[in-house]
Amino acid sequence: MPWLTAAILLLCLWSCGGDNKEPDPTPIKTGPTPVTWKKPAHFPDPVYNLSRNPLTEEGIELGRHLFYDGILSRTNNVGCGTCHQPQAAFTHHGHDLSHGVDDKLGVRNSPSTQNLAWNTSFFWDGGVHDLDMLPFVPIENPVEMDIKVSDVLEKLRKTPNTNSKVPIDYPKMFQEAFGTNEINAERMMKALSQFMLTMVSANSKYDYFKSGDANALNTQEKEGLLLFQKNCSSCHQGELFTDYSFRNNGLMPMRNDDQGRFGVTSLVIDKYKFKVPSLRNVGYTAPYMHDGRYYTLEEVLDHYTDSVQQMETLDPVFIRPNSKPGITLTNAEKQSIIAFLKTLSDDQFISNPKLADPGIGNAN
Amino acid sequence: MNTLFPKYKLLLFTLLSILVLNACSDPAEVENVATGKFKIEFDNYVGTKNLVLNSVTYQNAQNEDFTVSKFDYYISNIKLTRADGSSYTVPQDSSYFLIREDIKASQIALLNNVPIGDYKTIEFMVGVDSLRNTAPIEKLKGVLDQTGGMDGMYWQWNSGYIHMKLEGTSPVGNPVNNKFYYHIGLYGGYNERTVNNTRIVKLPLGDLTASVTGQKSPEVHLIVDLLKVFNGPGTNLSIKQQEQSQKVANNYAHMFTVDHIH
Repeated sequence: MPWLTAAILLLCLWSCGGDNKEPDPTPIKTGPTPVTWKKPAHFPDPVYNLSRNPLTEEGIELGRHLFYDGILSRTNNVGCGTCHQPQAAFTHHGHDLSHGVDDKLGVRNSPSTQNLAWNTSFFWDGGVHDLDMLPFVPIENPVEMDIKVSDVLEKLRKTPNTNSKVPIDYPKMFQEAFGTNEINAERMMKALSQFMLTMVSANSKYDYFKSGDANALNTQEKEGLLLFQKNCSSCHQGELFTDYSFRNNGLMPMRNDDQGRFGVTSLVIDKYKFKVPSLRNVGYTAPYMHDGRYYTLEEVLDHYTDSVQQMETLDPVFIRPNSKPGITLTNAEKQSIIAFLKTLSDDQFISNPKLADPGIGNAN
Repeated sequence: MNTLFPKYKLLLFTLLSILVLNACSDPAEVENVATGKFKIEFDNYVGTKNLVLNSVTYQNAQNEDFTVSKFDYYISNIKLTRADGSSYTVPQDSSYFLIREDIKASQIALLNNVPIGDYKTIEFMVGVDSLRNTAPIEKLKGVLDQTGGMDGMYWQWNSGYIHMKLEGTSPVGNPVNNKFYYHIGLYGGYNERTVNNTRIVKLPLGDLTASVTGQKSPEVHLIVDLLKVFNGPGTNLSIKQQEQSQKVANNYAHMFTVDHIH
């Protein structure tokens, strides 16, 4: 059986080639290039299990293309990046609610996709608990991207499409990221997760202050930090500036009577509760609240001092003895808090070219 | 080339030899592996009539007319028990089936590698258990893959499988278009407790025996009576009505009976 011997020898050569640790004079690329995901020193351990989805350069790059490509929508013109734009810290700049395919309007404000590695749940109502399962929601939502993920996979398999503005060869990119050109949901979601996991914001003035540069914050900002710690940090706690809990912060329900977390759990105690959002880059992410009703941080703080509604599920932190609910702050204190909040703005993060649209997006 | 090469070569050669020898060995040897196939057929009925989608009008116990356009449900965690009480649990990764009335082939759960024996009880779960509901995406393949033709049996905005879908029309259905939808999901919740609508069904075969031998693969024929789902007030149900959804789950736990074995 000479053919068998030859086959075995060939197999041996192939196998041993892969195990060869010595640098080869002419390196042949055998797989994706691993990327080490670095946790900022002052951040807690991530929630996402990176060992299940080790980051690679090719995986992240594929994820970046998928993130910005309108091919993920029925109409080919709404990508993730349409409502999660870098310059607005991956929110939809200036939009209280976002418009998806055919300009259909959603019901909630587009949340930032920053620092998702630490999220214990996703969306304002926390209905999703795994980052890899997140993209199914906006892609299949009739008012966002309105297409079955299975149909997206089919479109991706048929690329490069010469009719596209920028034809991308996805089978090739999947091959580079995952070893074969098979395109399936697991790979697509893991690539998107890889890219989103690189959206780590930890280089704000506050972070420099935190890591020892006492001059990174000015007097008013430092004063604001103290006031923030006293008045806001029971919910917006830790280095991510959220405890990821769901709370009712006394917003008067709008006409659509969005009951938030209740829609997921059906528990009466969850009525009108929404996730406490992170405040990182809050200076860039206007408008605010789950429905984007406030356009400035001034309006937000005015809400907390003057407009908190007495409701059955209102969070106890807003209860003031002998007074209507809210938080007590002077105008000067509000200005200091806002000055502090703006030190959470991370310019390096929002202008990082590695996180930017590779030239295929349709942000508007 | 590094010095490990000869060792690897030897090892590989040995491994390959074993593989090749194995492949060429007497087929009789293969049959020594004491397993066989086992089939469970889920035959959907409405009372005493075989279910026909769309065109036939049925009546429930409340004398409400209805037609059925969709009847899908997950069967999982299958366990077979012998007369002596010992049992065989189908390995987790091969234990999920989506029974769809519109796809004939889906109505037979084929179990491979079932140890030889005389089985007296079939046990399974209706729905997808909490562990698999919260498993990472690489564990959600086949009928659990949202992009794999599973017919939308998943709530994406509130992560979780829909254990059972029953849809159709009825004069007492939705006042707008007379349609009714029973979508029953919920597995107990990930970070906050919800109801758990998975149900374990245990079916003793009674006088019958499902024998797996080297030559024989039993096929247990179950009648699944969807009238049982309506064994209570017929209303439209959504995830927001957890209490009612539990009642339906209690109903569908009782829709299975063993009819015959062939």
